[in-house]
Amino acid sequence: MTVTDAPRIVTSRLGHTDSHTLERYLATGGYGGLRKALAMTPEAVAHEVDTASLLGRGGAGFPAGRKWAMLRKSPVTYLVINGDESEPATFKDHLLLERDPHQLLEGVLIAAYALQVTQVFIYIRGEFALGLERVQAALNDAYAAGAVGGDIFGSGFSVDVVVHPGAGAYICGEETALLESLEGKRGFPRIKPPFFPAAIGLYGAPTVVNNVETMSNLPWIVVNGGAAFAALGEGRSTGTRLFALAGHVNNPGVFELEMVKTTFADLIHAPVLGGGIPHGRALKAFIPGGVSAPWFGPDQIDLPLGQDEVAEAGSMLGSGSVVVMDDHTCVVRASWRITRFFARESCGQCTPCREGSGWLEKIMRRIESGHGREADLDLLLDACDNIAPGLGWPPQQTTICVLGPSIPSSIASAIEMFRDEFLVHIKEGGCPYD
Amino acid sequence: MSGGSRTPVGVPRRSGVAAPRHLSADTRARALEVIALYPQPRSAMIPLCHLAQEEDGWLTPEAMADIAGLLDVTPAEVLGTASFYDMLHTEPVGTHVVSVCTNVACLLNGAAELLEHAESSLGVNAGGTTADGSITLEESECLADCDRAPCVQVNHRFVGAQTPVSFDRLVADLRAGARTQDIPGHGTLVRVRRTTGLQADPVTVAGERAAMAEAQAGRAAAAEAAKTASDGVGGQPS
Repeated sequence: MTVTDAPRIVTSRLGHTDSHTLERYLATGGYGGLRKALAMTPEAVAHEVDTASLLGRGGAGFPAGRKWAMLRKSPVTYLVINGDESEPATFKDHLLLERDPHQLLEGVLIAAYALQVTQVFIYIRGEFALGLERVQAALNDAYAAGAVGGDIFGSGFSVDVVVHPGAGAYICGEETALLESLEGKRGFPRIKPPFFPAAIGLYGAPTVVNNVETMSNLPWIVVNGGAAFAALGEGRSTGTRLFALAGHVNNPGVFELEMVKTTFADLIHAPVLGGGIPHGRALKAFIPGGVSAPWFGPDQIDLPLGQDEVAEAGSMLGSGSVVVMDDHTCVVRASWRITRFFARESCGQCTPCREGSGWLEKIMRRIESGHGREADLDLLLDACDNIAPGLGWPPQQTTICVLGPSIPSSIASAIEMFRDEFLVHIKEGGCPYD
Repeated sequence: MSGGSRTPVGVPRRSGVAAPRHLSADTRARALEVIALYPQPRSAMIPLCHLAQEEDGWLTPEAMADIAGLLDVTPAEVLGTASFYDMLHTEPVGTHVVSVCTNVACLLNGAAELLEHAESSLGVNAGGTTADGSITLEESECLADCDRAPCVQVNHRFVGAQTPVSFDRLVADLRAGARTQDIPGHGTLVRVRRTTGLQADPVTVAGERAAMAEAQAGRAAAAEAAKTASDGVGGQPS
């Protein structure tokens, strides 16, 4: 059992039923980090975040401090918070938005001060009706308490925050699509270069886009220092991180764990974490970091939960969501469903993604329903290869954004790991698990 | 050719002048408050669509014309944006939109069976609305509540994991009006509204905008200079 005694950084208040209220937040040290930050210079605050070497928690894992540093040369005009959590089986930001909205706001205000931004937008997934209400209510209270608005806490620094609802589109979690959506348009990703948000972001102005969990770490980092954060975890993966565990486990949920020190085996089987697989069944496969990530099998279960460790093993920690499949799972059906998701959510700008996802979905459905042909496996891999040439990891890109190259992961993994199962579907003319 | 009063081709038909007033005065007032929060009015597009749905239940052509007038865009631009998003309904929906997630984490926990049950017990396929207009059934993508699978939302309020039995009870409760406390009607931010306007010092904001414009002009000048320089050495044939 290697769940360490690391402090709970972003989930410390969740034991309280009123964790979303200003009263509870203030009673548990809330806005202390912001007050401390306002007494420091913006550069000193940014330096603490750099020292913490906080990796972005949205999925790409880009260091937040470095993202900010890129902006120091140009005047940052907007800070945009990405709360459009839509990666299948990822539900950590959902928790933070609903249960500790003030922690998010405090982090946002610290970031705004460090970047000297006066206008912040928090883009929240439209389906999070309660999350939107909680964050807006928290924002109302924070305005009333003088923590946001003009001359916050008498510091001379002014900043406004706007809560912006999305309306249901996975692609809007991609940062440039999110900016398009925030400008009141269809969520079409912009091509990079030149449209890196740091250079040409919201309304064409330099913009920082950060994830909800990333921001929620900032109050602790400012209060305890970047070095204390960096002392947790190992290597590039510092601090703690939220892992969302779902699928075939006895105790699904969101767990805050010290990076690297815990393994997938611990997460899935430890009694205080996942609690093992129901009905005494065996593990068949698991997805280590959102459905865009290549799958792992039982022999990779002892890998530590670290960004580089998972990357070296050929997948990604991504959004920190782990999906467990037991030995009664039809992998054809599971990977077909994931492919259908991408086909539905492709924005349609780029041909390889738009057409490829449709082809893949139809072929997968044909196999699952018992009408597949043996040549379909090669056809699938060929179509995958057209979207992400070489089928390597990280994938090569033929499209504007990374949604396209994410499509082949589940199919390529499933065929590579369970080719026999595809052949049984084809030869027996149906799903053996039906 | 009939002379008629058609708008000449090429001239955008802005709806602002003669827009039919469909949205209520209250909704229009709230819309203006929302627009004031953004540097550019068009950013209020999605929030305004949610407001219109709060009033009508769905996004009617009349409401889209109103929104176009408020944002100074064409109704086609409103429809073009709205049609991209799953939550914006350009056709009528029931009083309750019931979304059943069937994505991978829910699939592993019986979501396909739940959806099948829902379709047969409601007598509609996913995407359809019951004859009494009370329920629209949707098969949705991941709703980020995967530890309570299979996940169901009603009007985008989470109602926890459902079994076929509990689903039928939920539907009966919805039809009896027994869940109006925790499940309000359509729209976002229905129960909580923003209570304050923007407060950041306008001078600071103006200064920031000026610095931004200056930086952009600088970049444009640099790009122009680079272009001129490369023209000078003959580079690409023009």
